[in-house]
Amino acid sequence: MKYALAFIGIIAGTLLTIAMMLSWERPPMASNQIGPRGVGMVEINNPRMEAKLQKANVAPEADPPAEVSGVKAKDNEEWKNIQVLGELDVNEFNRLMGAITTWVAPEQGCLYCHKADDQGNVNWADDSLYTKVVARRMLQMTREINTKWTSHVEQTGVTCYTCHRGNPVPANIWFKNEGSPQAAGMASSRQGQNLASKVVGTTSLTYDPFTPLLAKDANIRVNATTALPEGTTNASIHDTETTFALMMHFSTALGVNCTYCHNSRQFASWAESRPQRVTAWHGIRMVSEVNETYITSLQEVFPKNRLGPLGDVAKVNCATCHQGVYKPLYGAAMVKDYEELRQPNP
Amino acid sequence: MIQYQNLYTRVQVHGPADMGVPMNETGMFERQGTPSINRILGLIGNAQIGPIYLGWLGTISLICGLIAFEIIGLNMWASVNWDPVQFIRQLFWLSLEPPPAKYGLSLPPMNEGGWWLLAGFFLTTSILLWWVRTYRRARALGLGTHVAWAFAAAIWLYLVLGFIRPVLMGNFSEAVPFGIFPHLDWTTAFSIRYGNLFYNPFHMISIAFLYGSALLFAMHAGTILATTHLGGDREIEQILDRGTAAERDALFWRWTMGFNATMESIHRWAWWFAVLCPLAGGIGILLTGTVVDNWYLWAVKHGVAPTYAYDMWAPVLDPAIKGQ
Repeated sequence: MKYALAFIGIIAGTLLTIAMMLSWERPPMASNQIGPRGVGMVEINNPRMEAKLQKANVAPEADPPAEVSGVKAKDNEEWKNIQVLGELDVNEFNRLMGAITTWVAPEQGCLYCHKADDQGNVNWADDSLYTKVVARRMLQMTREINTKWTSHVEQTGVTCYTCHRGNPVPANIWFKNEGSPQAAGMASSRQGQNLASKVVGTTSLTYDPFTPLLAKDANIRVNATTALPEGTTNASIHDTETTFALMMHFSTALGVNCTYCHNSRQFASWAESRPQRVTAWHGIRMVSEVNETYITSLQEVFPKNRLGPLGDVAKVNCATCHQGVYKPLYGAAMVKDYEELRQPNP
Repeated sequence: MIQYQNLYTRVQVHGPADMGVPMNETGMFERQGTPSINRILGLIGNAQIGPIYLGWLGTISLICGLIAFEIIGLNMWASVNWDPVQFIRQLFWLSLEPPPAKYGLSLPPMNEGGWWLLAGFFLTTSILLWWVRTYRRARALGLGTHVAWAFAAAIWLYLVLGFIRPVLMGNFSEAVPFGIFPHLDWTTAFSIRYGNLFYNPFHMISIAFLYGSALLFAMHAGTILATTHLGGDREIEQILDRGTAAERDALFWRWTMGFNATMESIHRWAWWFAVLCPLAGGIGILLTGTVVDNWYLWAVKHGVAPTYAYDMWAPVLDPAIKGQ
């Protein structure tokens, strides 16, 4: 009895120390004031983790420009079934195909999309592999983003690499998510919450905020615009938690605090927000458009093993491009070396 | 050897167990249990455990509390499909949610908030019975009912959060879920939804009393501990017959801040600070959503919220408003 207390104390102290060392970040942190004094608008970064993040987010060097041959891809009589990139010079076309291979399927190579017969003869025009159909749609999507969504991507633009980073399927995607199984019948529903979900920063908030809030014309705003109740909003606490969950995703996807965009004393106030919030506002609409028009249109193209547990196609959110960084690849402007990805879709 | 006994005395002397004053009530309940001595508890308080008086109120209160506990716990377990490992791993994340907004104040199905209402009913019954018990036990011992009324202040806040305000809002979905992290996330979401609770003046008052309670507790406890060797821990005697401990305490505070509470009044200070914390907080919650929809805008309207110079960037306008 005399030593029991000390013994329990030592064990508890050791366990807590181990837990702390495994899960906490050590000081010092770097802080950077980004708003008026006294409102707590400060970006806080861990310089050691920031260094690792910078190493992991480097854009590959661009291939040397192609020599112009004077023959357009669509005019090359041996090339068939060129639907999107026909206006390109044949050498530029080949350069882009090479780049796409290193960006998307570096290990699998050309045959990831292009069909070869048993003798190894490639039929470049053949559309029988689903990956080729997807790649074509993705080229159109990239052009749409780079030409119509400059409100979000500015002149930096995106390439296949922004999302893919050498993976045939981008590392950060989302499916409709019902969470782990729960008992049916009379047992209480989780109401889409209350699991330790990584998507929302290990909070107990709504674990699929994307399906409702990244849908077209979804209402993310929950605040009343008048001081007194005059019916300017009918958002419930649950709606608020779903918006909160989406914002947790924003924060983790971009590696920033709330105050990167908002003045947290009033999240709703635009007059007190940073211009970054406007960029994000356009980003939400861009993601919604991309998912709706380009990704979901491939629903029938993808094989079953590429679909989510509820049979939906893998969709994009902020993390798909940003991957923990406030500007994807720290703002490296890759598209300026591949201007063909910045042409408007016909 | 004579040794002065106070809180920090390392020697624990055990005599025969103290059975308390005789019961002057007749009923089927007596004080129950054979008293035992616990050395570890003796380090922080009285080493004697029991006997305990439960009575009808205590027994029914515990049963109701157990029912609520079981409803909450079993529904949490069901929410991970009865997986014992996930139940332990995610225990702090799991919750029993109030009904979705679409049900308003009507009775929802059991799996969509019905269990929450039932758990709330049993928990509330349990707490109210326990309140009556604190009142009646105090009366039975010939005490004042100060503890019961302080407890009532906490119950007021609990009832405002879980029942009175949701009823005024016409929606049980406004109420707090039963879960560790979920109720904390609820708190943040509640503040966000109603435009930042920090601009709610009753929230401000409540925080002042909360921090004030901690400050008073530290000042009082420090004062008494500093004078135990002069008899300062015998506070009741010192109230009735001010001795050297009380004199020195008073002088210390007059020297350091020019004013001193008395041995008696310090306890009134502490009691009111503690009680006003949930009392003011409850009023603040009650006004939120019912009378004020956005506390920040309310604070701007009434000149409470300061303005800052946002000159580090060009003016930002709401992109959803056309023509800007």
